[in-house]
Amino acid sequence: MKQKLVVIGAGMASGRMLEHIFDAGGTFDVTLFNAEPRGNYNRLMLSPVLSGEKTYDQIVTHGADWYAAQGVDCRFGEPVVRIDRTSKVVYSNAGGVPYDALVIATGSAPFIIPVPGRDLKGVCTYRDLEDTNAMIAASRPGAKAVVIGGGLLGLEAAAGMAARGAEVTVIHLMGHLMERQLDPAAGYLLQKDLEARGIRVHCKGATKAILGTDRVEAVVLEDGTVYPADLVCMAVGIRPEVRLANDAHLDVGRGITVNDQMRTSDPAIFALGECVEHDKQLFGLVAPLYDQARVLAATLLGQEAAFQPVQTATKLKVTGVDLFSAGDFADAPGREDIVFRDPGRGVYKRLILEGDCLLGAVMYGDTADGAWFFDLIKQGKSVSGMRDTLIFGPAFQGGASANPLAAVAALPPEAEICGCNGICKGRIVDAITAGADTLDQVRTVTKASASCGTCTGLVEQIMALTLGDSFTANANPPMCKCTDHTHEDVRRLIKSMGLKSIPAVMQDLGWKTVGGCASCRPALNYYLIADWPTDYVDDRQSRFVNERNHANIQKDGTYSVVPRMWGGVTNPAELRAIADAADKYNVPMIKVTGGQRIDLLGVRKEDLPAIWSDFNAAGMVSGHAYAKGLRTVKTCVGTEFCRFGTQDSTGLGIRLEKLLWGSWTPAKVKLGVSGCPRNCAEATCKDIGVVCVDSGYEISVAGAAGMDVKETEFLYKATTEPEVMEVIAAFTQLYRENARYLHRIYKWVAKVGLDWCRAQIEDPANRRALYDRFMLSQSVYQVDPWAEHAAQPAQWAPIADLTLRAAE
Amino acid sequence: MTDFIDIAALVDIPRQGARVVKTATGCIAVFRTADDQVFALQDRCPHKGGPLSEGIVHGTSVTCPLHAAVFDLNSGRATGADDWQVQTYAVRAEGGRVLLDAAFLARRSAA
Ligand code: SRM
Ligand SMILES: Cc1cc2nc3c(=O)[nH]c(=O)nc-3n(C[C@H](O)[C@H](O)[C@H](O)COP(=O)(O)OP(=O)(O)OC[C@H]3O[C@@H](n4cnc5c(N)ncnc54)[C@H](O)[C@@H]3O)c2cc1C
Ligand code: SF4
Ligand code: FES
Repeated sequence: MKQKLVVIGAGMASGRMLEHIFDAGGTFDVTLFNAEPRGNYNRLMLSPVLSGEKTYDQIVTHGADWYAAQGVDCRFGEPVVRIDRTSKVVYSNAGGVPYDALVIATGSAPFIIPVPGRDLKGVCTYRDLEDTNAMIAASRPGAKAVVIGGGLLGLEAAAGMAARGAEVTVIHLMGHLMERQLDPAAGYLLQKDLEARGIRVHCKGATKAILGTDRVEAVVLEDGTVYPADLVCMAVGIRPEVRLANDAHLDVGRGITVNDQMRTSDPAIFALGECVEHDKQLFGLVAPLYDQARVLAATLLGQEAAFQPVQTATKLKVTGVDLFSAGDFADAPGREDIVFRDPGRGVYKRLILEGDCLLGAVMYGDTADGAWFFDLIKQGKSVSGMRDTLIFGPAFQGGASANPLAAVAALPPEAEICGCNGICKGRIVDAITAGADTLDQVRTVTKASASCGTCTGLVEQIMALTLGDSFTANANPPMCKCTDHTHEDVRRLIKSMGLKSIPAVMQDLGWKTVGGCASCRPALNYYLIADWPTDYVDDRQSRFVNERNHANIQKDGTYSVVPRMWGGVTNPAELRAIADAADKYNVPMIKVTGGQRIDLLGVRKEDLPAIWSDFNAAGMVSGHAYAKGLRTVKTCVGTEFCRFGTQDSTGLGIRLEKLLWGSWTPAKVKLGVSGCPRNCAEATCKDIGVVCVDSGYEISVAGAAGMDVKETEFLYKATTEPEVMEVIAAFTQLYRENARYLHRIYKWVAKVGLDWCRAQIEDPANRRALYDRFMLSQSVYQVDPWAEHAAQPAQWAPIADLTLRAAE
Repeated sequence: MTDFIDIAALVDIPRQGARVVKTATGCIAVFRTADDQVFALQDRCPHKGGPLSEGIVHGTSVTCPLHAAVFDLNSGRATGADDWQVQTYAVRAEGGRVLLDAAFLARRSAA
């Protein structure tokens, strides 16, 4: 008698298994249950159906004829509700079917985030044809759709609905899209591509609630953002569908536990597909499921077979978006990266090596070599022989050449080097052989690398090839080892290319490391703050410890705290607050600084929020004694008290400090305002100094009194206080916009020339524009940093205390 | 023997940042990278004791806030010329939680 085989679930995995069984001539009485009212179709292809590139009929894999030909008893639209293991019968609501062997292939169920409003009409998931049809129906041009989840499924849903004309917003909890498959750089490129298609992407967005009365109307995020929505698709992940197995008391971990033969803890019951857990691993892509199908078919036919998971690669099925990720791309001891970026083409490739073997690959924009890399990963062969050119793919693996210039040398003369100006390699070589032997000369003669500048590295390589040893690269060294660009180039490119985030700079300017380093990240963060005050969001993690914690770290890990004391003037209330704080937090030293204010040294990190809120309560704000920003404005007593004073130097100093405080600058900025040429405020060795005279105010700049000592140079003579304020704010802005990070004003002026600065300031329209840009930035950044951080004191304490645990 | 204990939610540690776990034998810095990997290192630079938890985290390295030595978070080893090594601890992120292997505490109290 034929064995009775019952299969629960007509999905991708069981469909493949049945094919194998019938192809091998297996004879079973098969009963196939499916919760969906249809047989097996290619679930992966739902995305092309959603976007309109395919119809449902085109993706059916097993039609009614096929089932009939194999004699399968189809119970479609009939979910199984119970398994009786003792009598070996499965039950649907229509009755029971006995089995000799049972296969559970129930796939997985979409995860629903438990937010209010999740049950409203118009909220769907993305798993089957019903979901797809719901989205198609909702995607009328102009309709608003919100997709929660920026992983594979969410993005395919978003792209599909957008292709049908809907206005789509993707809300993603993590910092970048598809974080399980992509690193931040590739995630950034993907976001850029999707945005170019009109899809709005909101990363780091946590959904708080779905709003609506009869049906969905909007989605609210924890940060308060509200997105109107006619349809909400939740694509935040899947959970193995294990309910039947649980009820039947089979061994279930996160999925139904199976051995290498796909057998569950009951010898007569087997499972495969997304519902299983094998060797602690779950599966969410079809490639391993197909292997399982082959193994289970063999097992059922009484043959030897064992399932061994192999690596899988991921691609996103959105037409026009090219990404590929395979293997393991997490960092671990002994692993190394090879990174390639071609900003002009939006290409990013990263290979992860361990020892001599390729472990993983992430590629964006150009994935043509994906299969070749994937093969190397799976084979685990040594790649040491081709390491230097590995990233260029199979086309480059001909000779034994390990010369990094080989790739450039191999380019034909007509290969385009400078995309902006359409300059090919031959023109550049000609210019060099005709005598252009510096980068500047090549730029002047050919225009190559003179526009966006991203090809500078290539041009230099061509110079090195053509000139040989006589070529010495740019005397102005690159910013750091992460890039070939100088600070000046980076600043220029940030502006000209409109780069507004650190990942954007790193990608579009071809950074050679994954996350930069402690030297370039603070610089980039500053440049972006200075250039895009209203767009860019300060990246606290790219700041040096003092600026991150708004206090100066000491050699023993404690901090010093310096409240602002405007113009060096204080009063009993402030002094009392300082004394109280010193008592309350056991401050070991209170010192009067060289900048006319009081320093509390030796404060513990966890006390910082409390001491700040005490100072805030007394009306005091941070003195930014730690900042690449405005430090102090030193004053003397001026006309108020001094018998020689010519102007109100104290009042002017206070007003200047109130104008400038909170602004971030390339390096620290200190001012002095003296009431007469006796110069008691030492104004002539400050970054910016004002010396008051009978006829007005002499403004001089570019002094120094630290590692170098230098007298200021005259910039401008003002006759009124408002004029002083405008000139100094405008000059500060000129410095903010042009200097390289960590250059004090005197170093920057030495490079650009005081005459150039003066010309910028003397032109009234230009001065006003600089002043306006400074004030725009101040409208964002002139806030007391202490107030913001003191509001979340918990984040400053240890995250866990295990001291007691040790004592147990 | 391992003894993984739940110390915090992953989101409580800022990306490209660290938080500190206090133990009887000194602090441990628990780092989270831009791509949500976690690492745990002794929070003391072998040079002059700088708190590594306050350093800038880049890729899977951290730069000491006091004098800029760079440490590989995987191995605890200083990159570059200095032959420094910081103690590392087993830690993993699972289901949004951070689990630290506290076996080292047991070892100590057993000793
Ligand atoms: C507290 C103070 C010394 C004091 O007790 O008086 C001080 C303390 C420090 N100074 Fe200073 N400087 C202090 C006034 C000065 C002055 C005098 C002045 O401002 O009138 C100078 C010379 C003027 C100048 O800046 O040109 C000065 C020139 C420096 C320099 C050299 C800068 C240069 O470009 O040459 C450094 C090093 C640096 O910034 O890289 C420095 C760096 C430092 C640091 C921040 C070192 C550090 O990175 O940890 C010290 C922090 C100690 C702490 O934990 O609080 N400090 N420092 C003064 C704080 C003033 C304030 O109220 O904010
Ligand atoms: C839109 C979309 C795009 C995808 N794209 C890709 C891709 O590009 N590449 C890739 O590798 N993978 C992709 N996947 C994942 C892939 O489709 C799944 O891994 C695969 O379908 C899982 O196969 P399965 O047989 O385990 O489950 P399924 O194919 O889900 O089949 C399970 C079936 O069991 C039925 N069932 C559940 N419970 C019961 C019950 N109690 N009684 C009866 N029947 C029941 C369900 O109705 C379902 O029809 C995609 C998935 C989706 C939804
Ligand atoms: S001079 Fe300044 S930097 Fe040097 S020890 Fe004194 S406070 Fe510190
Ligand atoms: S204390 Fe870390 S480098 Fe000096």
